[in-house]
Amino acid sequence: MIFSQRQKDRFMSYFFFIVATASIAVLFMIMLFLFMEGIPIFQKISPKDFLFGEYWYPTDEPPDFGIFPLIFSSLAVTFLSALISIPLGVLTAIYLAEIATYRFREIVKPIVELLASLPSVVIGFFGMVVVAPFLQETFDIATGLNLFNAALMLAFMSVPTICSISEDAIYSVPVSLKEASLALGATSLDTIVRVTIPASISGISTAIILGMSRAIGETMVVLMVAGGAAMVPGSLFDPVRPLPASIAAEMAEAPYRGDHYYALFATGIVLFVFTFSFNLIADYISNKYRQVGEATL
Amino acid sequence: MKSYAVESTGNNYIRLRKKLTQSFCFMLFRISALINGLALAVIVYFILANGWKAINWTFLTQPPMDSMTKGGIFPCIIGTLFLCIGAMVVAFPIGVFSGIYINEYAKPGRILRIIRLGISNLAGVPSVVFGLFGLAFFVIYLKMGVSILAGALTLGAMSLPVIIGSTEEALKAVPDTYREASLGLGATKLQTIFRVVVPAAMPGILTGGILGISRAAGETAPIMFTAAVFSSPKLPESVFDEIMALPYHIYVLATAGTEIETTRPLQYGTALVLIAMVLGMNLTAIILRSRLRKKMRQI
Repeated sequence: MIFSQRQKDRFMSYFFFIVATASIAVLFMIMLFLFMEGIPIFQKISPKDFLFGEYWYPTDEPPDFGIFPLIFSSLAVTFLSALISIPLGVLTAIYLAEIATYRFREIVKPIVELLASLPSVVIGFFGMVVVAPFLQETFDIATGLNLFNAALMLAFMSVPTICSISEDAIYSVPVSLKEASLALGATSLDTIVRVTIPASISGISTAIILGMSRAIGETMVVLMVAGGAAMVPGSLFDPVRPLPASIAAEMAEAPYRGDHYYALFATGIVLFVFTFSFNLIADYISNKYRQVGEATL
Repeated sequence: MKSYAVESTGNNYIRLRKKLTQSFCFMLFRISALINGLALAVIVYFILANGWKAINWTFLTQPPMDSMTKGGIFPCIIGTLFLCIGAMVVAFPIGVFSGIYINEYAKPGRILRIIRLGISNLAGVPSVVFGLFGLAFFVIYLKMGVSILAGALTLGAMSLPVIIGSTEEALKAVPDTYREASLGLGATKLQTIFRVVVPAAMPGILTGGILGISRAAGETAPIMFTAAVFSSPKLPESVFDEIMALPYHIYVLATAGTEIETTRPLQYGTALVLIAMVLGMNLTAIILRSRLRKKMRQI
């Protein structure tokens, strides 16, 4: 059978469309299998006890499956790392977009990209063998593998995300806005603080949310440097066990389709819901408050 | 006259203060940019300074010996290469075709928005969740077992968004005049895409491929349950064999080995090989892209 060019064209456009839905299909499959393998735990324990139970002793007899300490650890680590990464990321973005000369821009941008590309296991390793002993000696604490160390390492993993997305947003603020501000006698700093940043605030918020989403989902770093104690931390230097660390550390030993296995998948659901909602919020903000030239102000 | 003079000194004072605040804040911006560079430099320095002593011919070409305390990491290098190649075989065509659909065919509207939302959410899925998915779907449901195939598919799913993003950017940079010229000569849309647009965007698309490989090479969590084992007596013979991999090797040696302190040089050496691979690939991609952008600016 011979197809005309037109038919071929048409057929291929459908083909491309189907391939393009692959990402959605994968996302859907991820959800499907997380729920399929995670839901059975709720026959043993109510969702409320699972989410707010204070004890995570999955291998004891009888086992305790309360992931509250894990959720709390994840949030604490993410929040603390955000305190470091937001200023660092946004300030660097402002520097790149507004202040740096072309030459410095061309040097600093690749550095930020390379920082983003460092494998998480290497950063975790660095945190373990370099930062942890340093913290232990400087602050005279029991262990250098703790909440603070994990937050510090995570911060450097989310800075590139925050920085590059904010930079795009700041860079795309129309020049006419800045020129108007400068012409009215404002200094460069005034222009940045009162004009450029407000004009790009939606992009910057998106960047921050995506950065935090990266921090909360990051696995190897928290697995290696957070210390691994499943309890609600009392201080900055207490060891913690965030959600991803718990999954990664225990999955290998959890008997196939036992309660522990189901509980870990359910933990995966909780983690997925966190990052998924972060991403939806980021998407909502960037669509709702999209920068469309001067009309946005 | 007098009042004018007073006003002018007041203005001068305000101006000075503004100038000082400005230089202070600008300094702050510069310092934060510097901290990023410093962080990269410090990490690379420590790995390099401690790792280069471990690197020699035996280390790169021999399997581990004496229950992991001596010998090399050859099987891990091979394993990581296999996983990356496998992931790209799966993800590269799908990613490129998706990018072509989004940039060349899709019209703005609900469908495009849903596809974009799918991609950005896929990019945000935590790596350990990819690992869980790979375990439940590829390893157990499709009965692939812990194998290169399952690991490569998991990594492929994970690196899809990277490839789609780069492809889209590369296609967007091809000027519309190219398309119009081709269509004007009577070529069909399909011919235009494959003979004009894609070749013009090829360096950018390949950049995406390189970034995808480097992402796949460095990830640990997705292969922990799907492909990687700490020690394998032989090199893999088929895609259904389990495999050793660089990132997982670092993790196990550093945390679970019986002699963590004695194998420290091996850990540094493995980390050095891994970041040399990953940073090398990324540097290539960055240089390729910046050349490309300069070329596009000239058009």
